[in-house]
Amino acid sequence: MTFPLYAYERITDSQGLVVALALGFGFGWFLERAGFGSARRLAAQFYLYDMTVLKVMFTAIVTAAVGLWAFAALGVLDLSAVYLTPTSVGAQLLGGLALGAGFVIGGYCPGTSAVATATGSGDGLVFMLGFAAGLAVYAVALPGLELWANANSIGEVTLPQLWGLPYGAVVLGLVALAAVAFAAAEWSERRFADLRPR
Amino acid sequence: MSASALGVASTSAPSRAAGRGVMNPYLAGFGIGVILLLAFLIMGRGLGATAAFGSIVAAIAGAISPEWTAANPALKGYFADPPSTNWTLYLIAGAFVGALASGLAAGRARWRIERGPHLSAQARLALAFFGGAVAAVGAKLAKGCTSGQALTGGAQLNVGSWIFMLSVFAGAYLLAYFVRRQWR
Repeated sequence: MTFPLYAYERITDSQGLVVALALGFGFGWFLERAGFGSARRLAAQFYLYDMTVLKVMFTAIVTAAVGLWAFAALGVLDLSAVYLTPTSVGAQLLGGLALGAGFVIGGYCPGTSAVATATGSGDGLVFMLGFAAGLAVYAVALPGLELWANANSIGEVTLPQLWGLPYGAVVLGLVALAAVAFAAAEWSERRFADLRPR
Repeated sequence: MSASALGVASTSAPSRAAGRGVMNPYLAGFGIGVILLLAFLIMGRGLGATAAFGSIVAAIAGAISPEWTAANPALKGYFADPPSTNWTLYLIAGAFVGALASGLAAGRARWRIERGPHLSAQARLALAFFGGAVAAVGAKLAKGCTSGQALTGGAQLNVGSWIFMLSVFAGAYLLAYFVRRQWR
């Protein structure tokens, strides 16, 4: 096994922080290139005439998913050493609804608010401050929610494990789903083109 | 205090906000996918944003009361990972520079408050703050945001991440009608 390099002690903690800066630069560059420094472009996803968010996200997910599967299948990546966030069904269901609500109200998610702020957006900066305030309120007023989420965790579980299907088969299914989603997104942009503000 | 009093351009034209030099979305998505794959291969972890905010909030809380912060269920994890060595904070610092470089190169970087034509700048900022706070509760509860859960866990075929991602879209689409005047 060669990868992940950090788990196999091929890079140090401080080298890891340099890697974070470099990967972050690329992440921020592509997010801004995609137009994600604009709250109206991001929010447009939820009014069906601009499906950029779905196209970018799904392409990124499929690219990394196929890559992960390929490196693991070649026997050079130890998937068990890649951190997987534990599943807590109720917490991720409710948390997702709240994040989606905050997204369409505020116009950003945490990462894109940083991208917007970096290019001079006042509303991006205020979203970041609101996000930090929300974390503080959560810590002070809602520690019970955190304990509930942790108590109901079912641990690290993937879709192939849940469905008892081979890893590669689910990745293939994901690629097929993406193809359908992209076709639907292109159709939606044509169908709802007249909703686009002029 | 109006936007113009702040010396800030207040724009309601999406073509000016995000028209020029925007990359093909499939190409941008491929670029982000490669960055994410590199994070998995090099570090054994994905991308994220929430933990960077959490580390800063925990550091501030810790400056006020280290005992309370170290015992708080929502902050103790972040408190153990201070800003000076917080991987996600370095990632977001890099993203800040990358986004600025891209924005400058495309002529999109400028002071602005982006809003729909029917909304004042003050109302837009109030909604941005409130939306940010609501998103924070969601991200903390779900153990990640669009980056740490949807993108990262989505590529890992993580069960909780796919539940989260579908919920994000459901929550936003359900509420979109009621806040449409903010954007259109």
